Amino acid sequence: MTEISEAFATAWRLIASGDAELLEIVSLSLRVTGAAVVLAALAGLPLGAWLGVARFRGRRALVALLSTGMALPPVVVGLALYLVLSRSGPLGALELLFTPTAMVIAQAVLVLPIIASLARQSIEDLAREYGEQLRAHGASRVQAALTLLYEARYSLPTALLAGLGRAVAEVGAVMIVGGNIAHVTRTMTTAIVLHSSRGDTALALALGLILVALAALVNGSTEAIRGAARRAGA
Amino acid sequence: MSARMSPLTFDDVHFAAGGRKLVCGISFALGSSGISVLLGPNGAGKSLALRLAAGLLVPSAGAVRASAARAIVLQRPVLLRRSVADNVAYPLALRGVPRSERAARVRRALEATRLAAHAERPARTLSVGEQQRVALAAAWAREPELLLLDEPAAALDPGATRELERAIGAIRDAGVKVAMSTHDLAQARRLASEVLFVHEGRLLEQTPAAEFFRSPGSEEARRFLAGELLA
Repeated sequence: MTEISEAFATAWRLIASGDAELLEIVSLSLRVTGAAVVLAALAGLPLGAWLGVARFRGRRALVALLSTGMALPPVVVGLALYLVLSRSGPLGALELLFTPTAMVIAQAVLVLPIIASLARQSIEDLAREYGEQLRAHGASRVQAALTLLYEARYSLPTALLAGLGRAVAEVGAVMIVGGNIAHVTRTMTTAIVLHSSRGDTALALALGLILVALAALVNGSTEAIRGAARRAGA
Repeated sequence: MSARMSPLTFDDVHFAAGGRKLVCGISFALGSSGISVLLGPNGAGKSLALRLAAGLLVPSAGAVRASAARAIVLQRPVLLRRSVADNVAYPLALRGVPRSERAARVRRALEATRLAAHAERPARTLSVGEQQRVALAAAWAREPELLLLDEPAAALDPGATRELERAIGAIRDAGVKVAMSTHDLAQARRLASEVLFVHEGRLLEQTPAAEFFRSPGSEEARRFLAGELLA
């Protein structure tokens, strides 16, 4: 019991004193995850919106594929990307393996199906609700699609936050393609794995507390958006 | 185009869906003023006729000729997640009406529907009756020659119905041709200048309102007026 409370006390001290190693790890994690979510959103939001309004052969298969992608095991994504980026792989010449860029790509691959699927669901629900009304207003297809994206402004950020939550807490993929190299590719989750295995629980615990705080922040933001939506009668 | 030309003409219009004939050879030409009421029991084909008139549906056969300047208010209008004023401005923005002119037209439409005090409220927080008036204001702001209303008071209580009918009367008085559907006899008596009685996808008669309520021309309309429940 004393051991646990001591570990907690040390963890708090590390956070409160702004420990350099801790800050470096948190900073890299946030940069990698932020870049991955931005990349995934740039591709996922238009893809989701398009799947929400378009009707074409193979659409259902694509929707099912994306839904399956939401549950992609991170270690499998990491392994696949490792094979692609490794020296003998098709993109080996880019020398991206064990760099933060590789971690960004891995997380973007994990997060893209989440953002695209949730966006598709929102837009599709709205299209069903608004379809005839927008035509009654005289909206063209493009005008209708743009209107639906705007009307989904309370649900799309939730999709981004869901992606953010998945990316920041993920360990398997970044461990494989990043290699958990100190000062280069060590993120919060990979550092927790490493330090726990070494018995250095204080730093692991401090990083764990920061991760939990981030999760709470994501959840709080989602709730705040829901509240704003309720006030707007959405 | 002559000023006297009918704002809405159906020429042997048919509409079928899912193998069922829902509108069976309807023909009529509406007068250029007043309120034409499509009257009939639920499922008669009134809403379909209005959707065909609005261009939301395409006839299986026959021709619909309607004024290009037309607007429709659906039975259950869906308001955007924006303010009341922004909802009314939306169809104007779609048409590229300049911002300055938009504001003036929105203000006029909100005043006519007695919604000016709610202009900045989120539209979807309004009561059902007020939301129906927002939809009416949005349609009217487009300055149509022909306004189509599908069962506009179907879900409203008497107070909200009175407000809505007052607004419809104001629109008629401004010279807009109104064509609306209802299954409510009392509402048809209050508003109609002519009645088009529809039953089972067919137009049974098109009669001036006073004459229709005095001596309808079809057996089904007689039974409907007597309060019988037509299937």
